[in-house]
Amino acid sequence: MDPSGLKLNFWENGPKPGQFYSFPGSSLTPGCGPIKHTLNPMVTGTSVLGVKFTGGVIIAADMLGSYGSLARFRNISRLMKVNDSTILGASGDYADYQYMKQIIEQMVIDEELLGDGHSYSPKAIHSWLTRVMYNRRSKMNPLWNTVVIGGFYNDERWLEFSNLAVCLGLFSVQLFFVSMQPLMREVVENKVEITKDEARALIERCLKVLYYRDARSYNRHEIAIVTKEGVEIVGPMSCETNWEIAHMVSGFE
Amino acid sequence: MCLQESLSNVSLYLMCLYLHFTHRYYVSSKTINKLIQVHDRIFCCIAGSLADAQAVTKAAKFQISFHSIQMESPPLVKAAASVLKELCYNNKEELQAGFITAGWDRKKGPQVYTVALGGMLLSQPFTIGGSGSTYIYGYADAKYKPDMSREECLQFATNALALAMGRDNVSGGVAHLVVITEEGVEHVVIPGDKLPKFHDE
Repeated sequence: MDPSGLKLNFWENGPKPGQFYSFPGSSLTPGCGPIKHTLNPMVTGTSVLGVKFTGGVIIAADMLGSYGSLARFRNISRLMKVNDSTILGASGDYADYQYMKQIIEQMVIDEELLGDGHSYSPKAIHSWLTRVMYNRRSKMNPLWNTVVIGGFYNDERWLEFSNLAVCLGLFSVQLFFVSMQPLMREVVENKVEITKDEARALIERCLKVLYYRDARSYNRHEIAIVTKEGVEIVGPMSCETNWEIAHMVSGFE
Repeated sequence: MCLQESLSNVSLYLMCLYLHFTHRYYVSSKTINKLIQVHDRIFCCIAGSLADAQAVTKAAKFQISFHSIQMESPPLVKAAASVLKELCYNNKEELQAGFITAGWDRKKGPQVYTVALGGMLLSQPFTIGGSGSTYIYGYADAKYKPDMSREECLQFATNALALAMGRDNVSGGVAHLVVITEEGVEHVVIPGDKLPKFHDE
């Protein structure tokens, strides 16, 4: 209490009016002690695309690991084969993806060792991964990834994505994911099913447009296709790009 | 990558991998003790906060030598790099250090691994790091070719270092290079005045 009688704190050691209360043990006050559990993605991957077609699912991602605006690692794979019926593509922090990959691969090995003929379904992997990511998020230590899981299991296709579940809106990933929607809708929404070739052509067209428009992309990508026969990962490949328009650009006045 | 250095001088290192038919060579360069030998044929270059990096390599060196004793054979370069990666990834909030691990092992010969700031591990034919590295990405991309000989390799590394040291304020002084082969390890020291000269007006 100051001499004029105004209460300067809401309570003893509490915040001043208009200030936030800093809970003991939290690290949300900037510049106060070492930063704990506030993670920033370091090397990141950009968009992952996925599409269902008759008989399977395609997932595609480019092969760039960006270090901010530096295109640092230009030959990294962001797609993985989980088992013969599931594929997974990740964007976001690459170190967290490597960690996830290690855990999932070990899980799959452990399951194969059981030798009972069962393997993880794409839905199971997705459900498990969502729980893991939610748990990490709730501990304020998220796995900084958006993961797309696709598969073909028991004659059914599965395509879902799983997020770091903390709404930040910072990713160019999400930004460009949204910008691909009209392109994809045009092909997919009017038909019940599309064929494998149509799906592949759509994906490659989207990857090309992403290369033109996404500042954090690169012209080298991989495509993973899962069907009844199994998983096939094709790549690395590049898109043909068309720069003819450059000759027609003649200034700004 | 532009990293804050806790020491005022030097922040560049370069590691190159070179393969030739009969000779297997490794060249790593450092300035002032940025190069740490973690095992007989495995070296590790550090960048970032030097205190963090030294603490991590000290722990890693212990783990690697213990692992080597348990396995009764020299460790794989990938194993050494993985040890560093685990330490970096699991402590990523507290640490600010990146590493380049390079060396020779019986299984795959010469290899280079980079552990980036967030704890990702990647094997590459050659890699650069440290604050001075940002200035030579173009040079390295242009001049690197696979299967260089030892001399070409040393020349590539020296040139790259000289160019980086020339432009980076916080790098400079002496260039240290280490050539790692199956037969052994050789240090090459190039003092600042003997570095190759480029356009510098």
